[in-house]
Amino acid sequence: MIKIPYYPGCTLKTTAKNFETSAIESAKILGVELIELPKWNCCGTVFSMTTDDLMHHLAPIRNLIRVQEMNEKGIVKNEYRVVTLCTMCFNTLKRSNLFVKQDPERLKKINSLMDEEKDYQGNVKVLHFLEILKELGFEQIRKKVKKPLQNLKVVPYYGCLMVRPEDVGIDKPENPTILKELFEALGAEVVDIPFKTRCCGSYQTVNRKELVAELVFDILNQVRMEGGECVGLSCPLCAFNLDNRQDEVKKLHPEFSMVPVFYFTQLMAVAFGLNEKICGFELNHINPKPLLEKKGLLNV
Amino acid sequence: MGETLDIMERIRESNKSVTTGLDEKDIKHWVTIYIMGKAYRVPADLTLMQAIEFAGYRFIRGAGCRAGFCGACATVYRKEGDYKLRTAMACQTRVEDGMYLVQIPFAPAEKPSYDISKEEASLSVVFKYFPEIARCVSCNTCTKACPQDLEVMDCVQAILRGDFKFAAENSFECIQCGLCAMRCPAEIVHYHLFQLVRRIHGKYNLPPEPNLKKRIEEIKEGKYNEEFERILKLSLEELKEMYRKREIKLD
Amino acid sequence: MAVKLLGDPKFSEKVKELSGEDVRLCIQCGMCSSGCPTASKMDITPRKMVRLIQLGREEVLNSKTMWVCLSCFTCVVRCPRKIDLAKLGEALRQIRLRKGLDHIHISEIPEEERKKLPQIALVSNFRKFTS
Repeated sequence: MIKIPYYPGCTLKTTAKNFETSAIESAKILGVELIELPKWNCCGTVFSMTTDDLMHHLAPIRNLIRVQEMNEKGIVKNEYRVVTLCTMCFNTLKRSNLFVKQDPERLKKINSLMDEEKDYQGNVKVLHFLEILKELGFEQIRKKVKKPLQNLKVVPYYGCLMVRPEDVGIDKPENPTILKELFEALGAEVVDIPFKTRCCGSYQTVNRKELVAELVFDILNQVRMEGGECVGLSCPLCAFNLDNRQDEVKKLHPEFSMVPVFYFTQLMAVAFGLNEKICGFELNHINPKPLLEKKGLLNV
Repeated sequence: MGETLDIMERIRESNKSVTTGLDEKDIKHWVTIYIMGKAYRVPADLTLMQAIEFAGYRFIRGAGCRAGFCGACATVYRKEGDYKLRTAMACQTRVEDGMYLVQIPFAPAEKPSYDISKEEASLSVVFKYFPEIARCVSCNTCTKACPQDLEVMDCVQAILRGDFKFAAENSFECIQCGLCAMRCPAEIVHYHLFQLVRRIHGKYNLPPEPNLKKRIEEIKEGKYNEEFERILKLSLEELKEMYRKREIKLD
Repeated sequence: MAVKLLGDPKFSEKVKELSGEDVRLCIQCGMCSSGCPTASKMDITPRKMVRLIQLGREEVLNSKTMWVCLSCFTCVVRCPRKIDLAKLGEALRQIRLRKGLDHIHISEIPEEERKKLPQIALVSNFRKFTS
């Protein structure tokens, strides 16, 4: 078992708990144990971009110090990688890490502001879970599939922060393929759409939900037009916008037919034949079970 | 007449300061402290509260139990030559030479009113009343300000991810002094937030107290009626006697 | 008829300082505006925003542009001169926010929304729109 530090992020402990449980169990099948940081705090998404800001980097760096601690306490041995599921957390932690390491003066200042913590040495590497999967090899993943997602037309949705900016992204920003490779390994029929990396509306969902409804409609309309049956993604905010905000889309376009939205790890869990409870479909806003049942994919 | 003087003397005695009746020549060690910028020479080893009163100030706000429990006497101070901003409870901290003091009798905060039995036991109730907790930047300033050495930031973070149990248990010792709220850059009011979470946790997550239920039933059945009737008929002297002879259980 | 074109060079300097980006590199090609998902909702498109910063025209601070921005970094990836427009937008937001002029009043978010929104939405929104 590869033991690797895992950073959940706030939302994965509540409304996106299904993302976490399906990921942890799927990872076990692949021989990866995701060990949650014993203590962690909100990453404070989104990455603060001004050159002079230090305060908003305390939250991400504090989490990286926790990874150092895990090594010091022997919870993991010489493992300075930390894995995230939530793409926004991934982007924020990785960018803050780079920001602070770029300038030794900055690193010194951050460490002195957090004088109650041990110094951050700058040796932690932030990874997205998909990078671990890619490293294991999608062929290995294919071997573990018990219930291929046959005839399920999945549309991979990458969103913004997984592939942009270029020095942070895990795949090509204009035409990423990592989710396509994963879903194909799971036996699904992958339908790519041009808007697979177009923003879902992100944080505008708080005070401009009509704007989000328009952006989401643009994406989901393409899903329907290209013949996709569901979406597979990796971010709880994208999931909220593409899933829950479909209610708002319906207000704008009454003829719109709802599209079930999955976290990519839920699709992994289904394909690996794991119990339905692990997938946590009750937290999905649009019920995906009728679709899965139709395809003979429900594992009771 | 003699009886009345006796009582008045007793009141005076119990209210007089710890240095009353002492000759200042006999006090060997003195320190200089600064109260709102003005220098005062006070006997060493007095508490901040006693020192401020020795200097001639009278607390009409910002003083309470004088025993470190009520959270009224929040103090912010610096030490001479040191940039660090420190916090303390005035009744529980002794003076040091070169302390620059200011009292914070009250932290301004709107207290939301709610009926706990009508609220949901989930994170949505927290965001309903305190959406600003999403602004927490994990700077840990609140923890550094807490005079009770609580892990304040950890409690806020626990709430942010729905872990009410951690927050309720670890904020139990909070005396609601308000120092965390005054220092927080995200302008969170920690003590009101924790109060809500403790209430939700106690009402919805913890199992109901079986002894309480049993006692209420006993009262309804009239088990204590006879005892109450008897006590209500006792005279003042008999009551005092009963109180003096009560059983005191020492831990 | 005299047209006031140039503004305050100090403003351009401030934006450069906060963002770390040199807007003089911009050739006004418009790639940013064409890829921006919310450009149609902006009074001043991304390309125009950069032009106004070049000219030191402070009125760009009154536009809707940086508040409707999604921080999606499409413009960042497509700019042929490698200007990070997201950082420029952040600098403009911060110039307003650091004066205590919040873009969103948290108390005005309807109760129903507050109960529905996941933490990630509130955390990221408040990070961009409050000081």
